[in-house]
Amino acid sequence: MNGVHDMGGMDGFGKVEPEPNEPMFHEEWESRVLAMVRAMGAAGAFNIDASRFYRESLPPHVYLSSSYYKKWLLGLEDLLLAKGYIGKEDVAAGHAVIPAKPLKRGPFAVADVERVMARGKFGRTAPAAAKFKAGDRVRAKNIHPATHTRLPRYVRGHVGVVERDHGCHVYPDTVANDAGENPQWLYTVVFDGRELWGPDADPTIKVSIDAFEPYLEPA
Amino acid sequence: MELRVRALESILSEKGYFDPAALDAIVQAYETRIGPHNGARVVAKAWSDPAFRQALLDDATKAVGTLGHVSRVGDHLVAVENTPDRHNMVVCTLCSCYPWEMLGLPPVWYKAAPYRSRAVKDPRGVLADFGVSLPKETEIRVWDSTAETRFLVLPMRPSGTEGWSEDQLADLVTRDSMIGTGLPKTPGAPS
Repeated sequence: MNGVHDMGGMDGFGKVEPEPNEPMFHEEWESRVLAMVRAMGAAGAFNIDASRFYRESLPPHVYLSSSYYKKWLLGLEDLLLAKGYIGKEDVAAGHAVIPAKPLKRGPFAVADVERVMARGKFGRTAPAAAKFKAGDRVRAKNIHPATHTRLPRYVRGHVGVVERDHGCHVYPDTVANDAGENPQWLYTVVFDGRELWGPDADPTIKVSIDAFEPYLEPA
Repeated sequence: MELRVRALESILSEKGYFDPAALDAIVQAYETRIGPHNGARVVAKAWSDPAFRQALLDDATKAVGTLGHVSRVGDHLVAVENTPDRHNMVVCTLCSCYPWEMLGLPPVWYKAAPYRSRAVKDPRGVLADFGVSLPKETEIRVWDSTAETRFLVLPMRPSGTEGWSEDQLADLVTRDSMIGTGLPKTPGAPS
């Protein structure tokens, strides 16, 4: 979706302001939100791309004015409501009042913690041969899906070069909508800064994205 | 916010979706087990051991997996090496993808709009915000983490560190030097 989360190349957000000796969490509730998202995801309530999609779907003014973990909380609430793991009645009461919905992998227990400390596995067996190889010139398609995608706007329509092949991976564009893993080849594609930002751009800049095969066409 | 979070946690635990003690354990694991010290060990090893450096550049997940101290490294970790001609910098313009097992949880600036918007268009300007200035002919390569690949920058080993142990070298490796928004500390400089 063409949301405000797709920030690459936008102007006006100001300087980057690193915080010296930044704590891991600024408020205790942030750590609870992180842990709830990890636990509910691991228990099978949703996958990582669905959780991203719900954050991206927050109203633009909310997205831009909320802290990182507030976005996580709002996205989590919306996702759990949409998928029926909680109801409006529960939220209104601040307690569980309607029956629970069974979780795909069962309740999340202390014994499951190790599982969330390792990143998920996204590599899959290839259903077909790769269309592109390192060195190929490709164009990022000019597409504007209204749902979740990992093709940022700033590369769409632009020509780059395939640099690496990462094998076949779960396809975010379908898995985010519960439409299946639909594995796709994944490539690092490098773009010249001037191709992306025009002839006045710094000629020493190169930018790469990791692009799923359906995002690309030969150029 | 605190009340709203507490209410959601009550709802979810009352429904039996998780044991609140499991949430405590997750937080504790993040607070104690992950952090830039993991990445710093990897960089120091690569600086000291040419065979490991090559293995890291060929397949970082596999290479880091052989070290033991980072046993839960995820798939598709990619190490990208800085050279005198090329400086690498990592961003996630769409959200906040970051190599947690190498660097810990990302800092606020990494997840915030100024960095995500500018890193791909004006990386030299972003580096200036960090007080980093590179020769104008150096290629700046920005890696936008748009998939489940994760990138770790292998910075250049500072001069004046000949004969240093891996422990000594690891102390020079900053978090930002492994994101590409900083450089390693130099020997003798105040830390």
